[in-house]
Amino acid sequence: MSTNPMEEAPREYRVIGTRPIRHDGIDKVTGRAVYGADVSLPGLLHGSVVRSPHAHARILSIDTSRAAALPGVKAIVTSADLPEVRDREEALGEGSTNPRHLSHNILAHDKVLYHGHAVAAVAATSPHVAAEAAGLIQVEYEVLPPVLDVRAAMADDAPILHADLRTAGGDPKKAGTPSNVAMITEFEIGDVEAGFAAADEIIERTFDTAMVHQGYIEPHNAVAKVDPDGQATVWCSTQGAFDVRHLCAEVLGLPLSKLRVYPAEIGGGFGGKTTIYLEPLAILLARASGHPVKLVMSRSDVLRATGPTSGSHIRVKMGVTRDGTLTAVDASLAYEAGAYPGSPVRMGAMCMASPFAIENQRMVAYDVCVNRPKTAAYRAPGATNAAFACETIVDELARKIGMDPLELRRKNAAHEGTPMVHGPKHRRIGCAELLEAAQRSDHASAPLGNADGPRKRGRGFATGYWFNAGLQSSATISINPDGTASLVTGSPDIGGTRTSCAMMAAEELGLPVELVRPSVADTDSIGLTDVTGGSRVTLATGLAVHDAAQDVKRQLCERAARTWKCAIEEVRFDDGGVDSLVQDGERLSLAELAKGAGRTGGPIVGRATVNAQRNVGSAFGGMMVDVEVDTETGRVDVTRCTVFQDVGKAIHPAYVEGQMQGGAVQGIGWALNEEYVYDDEGHLENDGFLDYRMPVALDLPMIEPVIIEVANPAHPYGVRGVGEVSIVAPPAAIANAIADATGARVESLPMSPPRVLAALHTRP
Amino acid sequence: MHELQYSSPTSVDEALEMLGESSRDPRVLAGGTDLLIQLRSGARHARLLVDVKRIPEMNVLHADARTGLRLGGAVPCALVGEHPAARELYPGLVEAAELIGSTQIQNRATVAGNLCNGSPAADTTPALLALDATCTIAGPSRRREIAASELVTAPGRTVLAANDLLVEIRVAAPARGSADAYQRLIPRSEMDIAVVGVGASVTVDADGTCTAARIALGAVGPRAFLAEDAAASLVGTKVDEAALVEAGRLASEAAQPISDKRGTAEYRREVAGVLTRRVVAEAARRGRERI
Amino acid sequence: MSKPQKLHLSTRLNGEDVEFLCEARQSLLEVLRDELGHTGTKEGCATGDCGACSVILDDRVVCSCLVLAAEVEGREITTVEGLADGDHLHPLQRKFLEHAALQCGVCTPGFLVAARALLDRNPDPTEREVRYHLAGNLCRCTGYDKIIRAVLDAAAEMRST
Repeated sequence: MSTNPMEEAPREYRVIGTRPIRHDGIDKVTGRAVYGADVSLPGLLHGSVVRSPHAHARILSIDTSRAAALPGVKAIVTSADLPEVRDREEALGEGSTNPRHLSHNILAHDKVLYHGHAVAAVAATSPHVAAEAAGLIQVEYEVLPPVLDVRAAMADDAPILHADLRTAGGDPKKAGTPSNVAMITEFEIGDVEAGFAAADEIIERTFDTAMVHQGYIEPHNAVAKVDPDGQATVWCSTQGAFDVRHLCAEVLGLPLSKLRVYPAEIGGGFGGKTTIYLEPLAILLARASGHPVKLVMSRSDVLRATGPTSGSHIRVKMGVTRDGTLTAVDASLAYEAGAYPGSPVRMGAMCMASPFAIENQRMVAYDVCVNRPKTAAYRAPGATNAAFACETIVDELARKIGMDPLELRRKNAAHEGTPMVHGPKHRRIGCAELLEAAQRSDHASAPLGNADGPRKRGRGFATGYWFNAGLQSSATISINPDGTASLVTGSPDIGGTRTSCAMMAAEELGLPVELVRPSVADTDSIGLTDVTGGSRVTLATGLAVHDAAQDVKRQLCERAARTWKCAIEEVRFDDGGVDSLVQDGERLSLAELAKGAGRTGGPIVGRATVNAQRNVGSAFGGMMVDVEVDTETGRVDVTRCTVFQDVGKAIHPAYVEGQMQGGAVQGIGWALNEEYVYDDEGHLENDGFLDYRMPVALDLPMIEPVIIEVANPAHPYGVRGVGEVSIVAPPAAIANAIADATGARVESLPMSPPRVLAALHTRP
Repeated sequence: MHELQYSSPTSVDEALEMLGESSRDPRVLAGGTDLLIQLRSGARHARLLVDVKRIPEMNVLHADARTGLRLGGAVPCALVGEHPAARELYPGLVEAAELIGSTQIQNRATVAGNLCNGSPAADTTPALLALDATCTIAGPSRRREIAASELVTAPGRTVLAANDLLVEIRVAAPARGSADAYQRLIPRSEMDIAVVGVGASVTVDADGTCTAARIALGAVGPRAFLAEDAAASLVGTKVDEAALVEAGRLASEAAQPISDKRGTAEYRREVAGVLTRRVVAEAARRGRERI
Repeated sequence: MSKPQKLHLSTRLNGEDVEFLCEARQSLLEVLRDELGHTGTKEGCATGDCGACSVILDDRVVCSCLVLAAEVEGREITTVEGLADGDHLHPLQRKFLEHAALQCGVCTPGFLVAARALLDRNPDPTEREVRYHLAGNLCRCTGYDKIIRAVLDAAAEMRST
């Protein structure tokens, strides 16, 4: 199902909007695709990482002598092998990073800050020997008390992770006091007190959400070789090869030209593969041993020591008038940053009320260090936690004033020009169109029916907002002598973007999409391209592809003009060939021009680079969900699920649906069962897929996607980007459905059976 | 696992001989779905794995309404579920066997291994206890029979000596009006370890009165155990709502759960009662169909 | 320190006789990937919880991370590399492509192998049966919807031909 509310007639497309087979498909269904862990080189050594058994401890000594004596061990590295790097913020991709914190996260220097924090690494002739050697490295610790919870970490007497950390934006009187609170940010518009004074109903609640992991199936990996002249090459699973190059250069103190990074096929990332863990270790071990080295994380390593997203504690107060106007929102959000500053709490605050036009808003955001792994991006970072809080209160307010919750949302929907809490106004957005599509959907009018015995059914809905990102991309299109095209970008392909980019090139050049071969290049073979993140590849790399295709078309026109010895203004590219505007019926096809390129000026290569910040189109998503609650056990089954998303323009609708469905199911997992479980000493107790419970096929119904296309006016095809927003609404939608079924409001994620049962016991 | 060695004997005697070489720190390998993970994590140790899957006697799977069930120590759960007579006669045991892990796991994991691994949350153990199963243990000098309920002594511990081998599990043919059932509570619909597991076997007479019952609880104590008071409370009742509620209450009372990453003690205690009601009702319903 | 014992094994892999040396501690997954060059089979967890390493051993789907290489003497192994008949894709492979049932693709080999084992036994599964039999295969990208549709569609096509 697809709706296009734009009034002007949409451009007719030949390729865009179709569903071709992806170009890398056959490799991926036959097992030929080469992922990072599949890379092998002559003389390859295998590495293993020594990790902290403690959540918080001072490293007193590291003795590597027994490991070094084990036959087959070729190199050992500790933080002493990493150069000192400066303490500063460095702009990078979607956010910023502090290279010193990054370096200390890669190998702990004086202190370990979480269970699983890397302390040393070893390379040996086999994975088994490397693991044995890692076990022989003796680290002496002075164990310190850990702090695991944001509220405990904010207390005055909390154990301090970083003695040199001061709160940015905090009370100036405390400027000399170390704190776990890295930053406090306040946003405010309107007059919140006046807004609440105008309200007829006010609800205030507090919410907790658990730390959750992206859960990509492929563990992190890295293979590195270092030539005798110091030139290093890395193959790894990453969302951004240029980011790996940049970060490794920062941590190792190398010029960028000394590093070449090949992005291998990537087995999922969802934001979690936008930083580095193993790559510098592989380089150091390769340099020290003189052999290429491969490092692959275990699942336990992935869960303990890569970047999940923040657990949080959120307070929200909202007011509404009897006739359904949301008058004010006041919220405070505290997010776990993990071991080093940098949670997505500011983004959470900015997204929280963005689906609504609320005049009076205040948000206070706290970024809090705790003895857990440093968080990384996860699909619309920060927004899901915030939406869980806000979107459940909106639902409750609607029920309180006797209004349908969808209608309350539609009545208060954000539009173009609606201000957001952090200042900017919405550009052209599809929030209202999405809500109308939800109201019209089959699902909205389908009867819920009754369940048996203790089982109760309910339906819930929620929306979510995400900015989307622009950033920088490069693309080249080489026209081959036979009239086919080779498209090169620098965007690792997680979900079919190679094909969406090829479709845009094919659309512009008038070629069948099968004749455009897309590939993802290493950092020496394409211009700088930022991460596959922020839902930006089809938008920004797509824009670069579009522009590169214009460059090709311009060159084709030049070649035709040269062939016909006419002025370039006298020719025009149209539908896969160049027409003469002066000689009726004269036409040279792309294939003819390609074949003759050698005689008309040499190879035809189009290129473009973009910074797409001005082209960003923000995204709205929504979920309507039916649940069945077993009121005797608290188990919740999702029985029907429809997801709505304003995508701007669906280039390859099947992969757009895939993003919507995949994000929805990650959101369902976050809602129901996923959580990091630590014991009191800060040991992660569920460091495997047995007890880190991601949804399995039997847990789910089909996920029905409804694509809404409100074109992004800042993009040639109207693309907004589809990757992230689909995860935002599900926890709130499911909480609302549970409340609809049972009357119980669950204020904590995950809404696991014990939590739901407890809420049922205490419902009013 | 550096010095690990592997052997695959083809007879019980050969296996016992290997298991007797205590200097080699031997351990039985059946499905391996628990053991291999434990060896890699260091939770268990071995220097010699004795793979029993090539021993014909340990691959016996036979069920009929006269002689009951013979289930060899190396028979994977999937085969139990695919056995028509086993499905017909022991639906509760089959339910438990088909709840263990995934299809991939069920194709390897054995019922005997599930029992010998000694997890308090093992799914087939309450089902075996409810059926009053017995285990044939081969030792260095003789074979002996012990009740399945006596095999596990504590989490991860059994009465088996290092050179003992569980050769076969036996269950009597179900009496007229008797049937079993098993259910567990897990947060997902598959792949989890039981938060609570309940197995029951209920016998009813021609007018629907319960004449015998066994209820076994898993994951609510250091080992699976029989809730004897709860079972006794059913005898003489029509297994009606009041009787189910009472059995559930007594099962909750008998539970001795702990709080861990999979659930709180309070939650487990409550759900033990809920599942007992449901499982007993289902076993009784099946029993009535066998009159 | 003594050298680990090396075992000599003979087996059939995707219809070909192969021999290899391995240590007792090596899993079938390790040997497939590191010794036999069959890297299509993936490791996602090494604890039997994700199904990415699924292979068919004789006629049953198993997690190759939980099988010792030493156990496969004389047995028949099918991996993702053995599903297609030369350049002719298996219907499941084709339907996965047509339905866009893969995104990152790293779980795909395991799903294809597990689905093939299911359809070998049950050519006409219901949606619920497909979901049950594939519950041991984790996919984090697709939400399973398109995978389930692809398997059902492949089954329908295989029944009609």
